[in-house]
Amino acid sequence: MLKLPIYLDHNATTPCDPRVVEAMIPYFTNTFGNAASRNHAFGWQAEEAVDYAREQVAKLINADPKEIIFTSGATEADNLAIKGVFEMYREKGNHIITTKTEHKAVIDTCKHLEKMGAEITYLSVGEDGMINLAELEAAIKPTTILVSLMYANNEIGVIHPIKEISVIARKHGVLVFTDATQAVGKIPVDVQADGIDLMAFSAHKMYGPKGVGALYVRRKNPRVKVTSQMDGGGHERGMRSGTLNVPGIVGFGKACEICITDMDSDNKRIVALRDKLETTLLQMEETYLNGNKGHRLPQVSNISFKHVEGEGLLMGVKDIALSSGSACTSASLEPSYVLKALGLDDELAHSSLRFGLGRFTTEEEVDFAIDQVTTAVNKLREMSPLWEMFKEGIDLKSIDWQEH
Amino acid sequence: MAYSEKVIEHYTSPRNIGTLDKNKKNVGTGLVGAPECGDVMRLQIEVDEATHTITDAKFKTFGCGSAIASSSLATEWLKGKTIDDALTIDNMDIVEELSLPPVKIHCSVLAEDAIRTAINDYRVKNGLEALPLK
Repeated sequence: MLKLPIYLDHNATTPCDPRVVEAMIPYFTNTFGNAASRNHAFGWQAEEAVDYAREQVAKLINADPKEIIFTSGATEADNLAIKGVFEMYREKGNHIITTKTEHKAVIDTCKHLEKMGAEITYLSVGEDGMINLAELEAAIKPTTILVSLMYANNEIGVIHPIKEISVIARKHGVLVFTDATQAVGKIPVDVQADGIDLMAFSAHKMYGPKGVGALYVRRKNPRVKVTSQMDGGGHERGMRSGTLNVPGIVGFGKACEICITDMDSDNKRIVALRDKLETTLLQMEETYLNGNKGHRLPQVSNISFKHVEGEGLLMGVKDIALSSGSACTSASLEPSYVLKALGLDDELAHSSLRFGLGRFTTEEEVDFAIDQVTTAVNKLREMSPLWEMFKEGIDLKSIDWQEH
Repeated sequence: MAYSEKVIEHYTSPRNIGTLDKNKKNVGTGLVGAPECGDVMRLQIEVDEATHTITDAKFKTFGCGSAIASSSLATEWLKGKTIDDALTIDNMDIVEELSLPPVKIHCSVLAEDAIRTAINDYRVKNGLEALPLK
């Protein structure tokens, strides 16, 4: 039996896997100790649980457990990595390279540092969302201290070639930080093979709890340091003070463990469902896929339905939880800056929906989504003056629009 | 953001979707907004030339639910009004009727502009002077 509404917004957050919740529960009540309490059993048990989780998390990304710094989430990890590197390596230089399609947690952190004297290069992306590696290399200068490039994009799912990026950065002695919030747990990420120096990721995007994430900080070849952004008890090797969120960390560890065992089978199933959804919807007239089709997360599809406005469309698919690049869905009243960076005109950016499938998405749900989206698009096109003009062969660009 | 019941009702069962022959002398057309802003409204009125009474009104809108509801409501209000009475429709009346939140007030402004533009189109076609937009 289909349970409504259907959740297709897994790039925003995921439900906790019941196995994760089960692992967490004892740490709220019985084993509630402070992992920093060194002089009694409550503390030791909590510390043991954190150590175990640290191993589980490290294993998923092929890191050493000592290289995992627990944080409150990926936003904090992004801040700690970028601000921490900027402060720590200030004498070497002040230049950071990133892209226009990064998450706000990276872009706004970079903007903050610009006020503190940093020089930031925001690389453009092609219409498929990929950066040009030659442009990246050309942007590196003697003062460059960090390349900050997301592993996979949160709106379109495009995966950047982090391995090739790190080869270029290393050649010039520049550190590589990647915001891998959307990638870790969904696709294989290996900090050794990929040559990553710092990496931010979060539990709640991989069926773990909200409020816990991690920053991977490389310990050798090279040994990377970041200046702490939170002063206090010197937890997490002095890089992130604050009492550890033991139940959250235990859940994060369990979520990582499940990703290791289930990733392949999950992905086979999810990609088949995603492709069914995408292929069917793209058969509609004037419907476009956003972002590179090949280098992409297996569970996301970002589609523009031309001449239909995204928020209006979301209202028509009220039984499906989705996100849109439409301005009306954000506080800024600007359409998605990611889609605009791909060169999409504003109208197409306004017309986009992001479908994010997950571990618990069923074929029945996908079929329902296809039906409801198709019906809503057809209905809204019937009441869209732009669709009528398009059908009459009128070039919309030729009209003198009265902008507000 | 939650929509008011009236917005949902107009969105679900919009009134008077359609197209009138814009080339007819007694039809006034108002096309306002811009695709890149995410809102385009086209509002049309058919007017009895003897009494200047609006006998029919149609709309098509590209936009969010509030924009669709605002234009749907406008067509309902226009029918039966003279073109002079129609000018008294204020965007704040639409805001009130649909309980639009502050971020959606621009939808009502657009609807009011569409009404005035449509009336002006009719006026100019029939030898009357165009009135200034608010």
